[in-house]
Amino acid sequence: MDGDQTRVERERTDDDRAGEATRLDGNVAAGMLSEIFVQDFTTARVTCANCGAARPLGALLVYAHGMGMVMRCTTCDSVVMRMARTPTRLWFDPTGARLLTLAPVTAVV
Amino acid sequence: MSTPTSPASRPKSIAWRLATVADVVPETSRARTLVLDVPGWSGHRAGQHVDVRVTAEDGYQAQRSYSIASAPEDTRLALTIERLDDGEVSPYLTDVLRVGDQLELRGPIGGHFVWDVTLVGPLLLVGGGSGIVPLMAMLRHRAVATATEAHVRRKTPTRLLYSSRCWDDVMYREELARLAQDDETLEVALTLTRAQPEGWLGFRRRIDRPMLAEIAWPPSERPYVFVCGPTPLVESAASALVELGHDPALVKTERFGPTGGSG
Repeated sequence: MDGDQTRVERERTDDDRAGEATRLDGNVAAGMLSEIFVQDFTTARVTCANCGAARPLGALLVYAHGMGMVMRCTTCDSVVMRMARTPTRLWFDPTGARLLTLAPVTAVV
Repeated sequence: MSTPTSPASRPKSIAWRLATVADVVPETSRARTLVLDVPGWSGHRAGQHVDVRVTAEDGYQAQRSYSIASAPEDTRLALTIERLDDGEVSPYLTDVLRVGDQLELRGPIGGHFVWDVTLVGPLLLVGGGSGIVPLMAMLRHRAVATATEAHVRRKTPTRLLYSSRCWDDVMYREELARLAQDDETLEVALTLTRAQPEGWLGFRRRIDRPMLAEIAWPPSERPYVFVCGPTPLVESAASALVELGHDPALVKTERFGPTGGSG
């Protein structure tokens, strides 16, 4: 065999793919969030732990990928929340949010 | 002191339900509306969506979100699906599913991108491609809810700016014309970006800032604004509206992703 020519091919990363305008809005998180919370979280007000900006979750910027999504503050672009689904677990990382408030809805029978 | 809620009245997480296709309505060459019977459906607000789950024979599951096209006042749920040629789910829903077939869905989902007639004030709807679907639910709700109350219509004057590639791609064509004709408080403006029929007098280009400046109310009127469609269109229109002076908190967006459909 001729000398080993090792070519390292750079794998496309999520950052590359993020450039493909897969930006979405917080509303898309509602389905996955409904598996964790009973209240509708899209109207929850979320305070960014990084810059303190508060806005409805539905107004966060969402980057969705195969396994879940990353939600970013539209003021400072920090990650506010992450969600991902593996075959055996649902991951929810809210550590980029300092506070979540919502007006609970009681069902009218 | 708040009264405790009984187990029966506490909100439940959204369950998957089995819906049956009651009717199929072609909209364009690539889109059709599925009219569904959904036992136990609790109702929705205009602008919300459902998640649809399809399972292949080998057990493989795929899930996509679709905006609800029907008004909350309708007894049946309608979803308008546009076929994406390389989509995983949409071709099945547009080409294969028939009356009597079933599909799994959960919803309604999303309390942020919603409108109803209690939100008094001017309403601006900006949509591109299949982004018209949730906006159509809002228009249908408005028509039904104000059918006998002209004063409510006058309090919620509405303008729709709807972008499509060509005339054949315009969804709900006849219904939009009829709604606008019957209601002087509703104005519909179409823009056809790639091809226009002979004698076309409407816009002929992508939505841009001058077009929005022409169609939108002045920011001082503080209209509720809903923008929906492919991500690039939504971002460009929403930025333009904010540049024109509209309050970002009043401009709600629903990006559908790069292709404008959910696959």
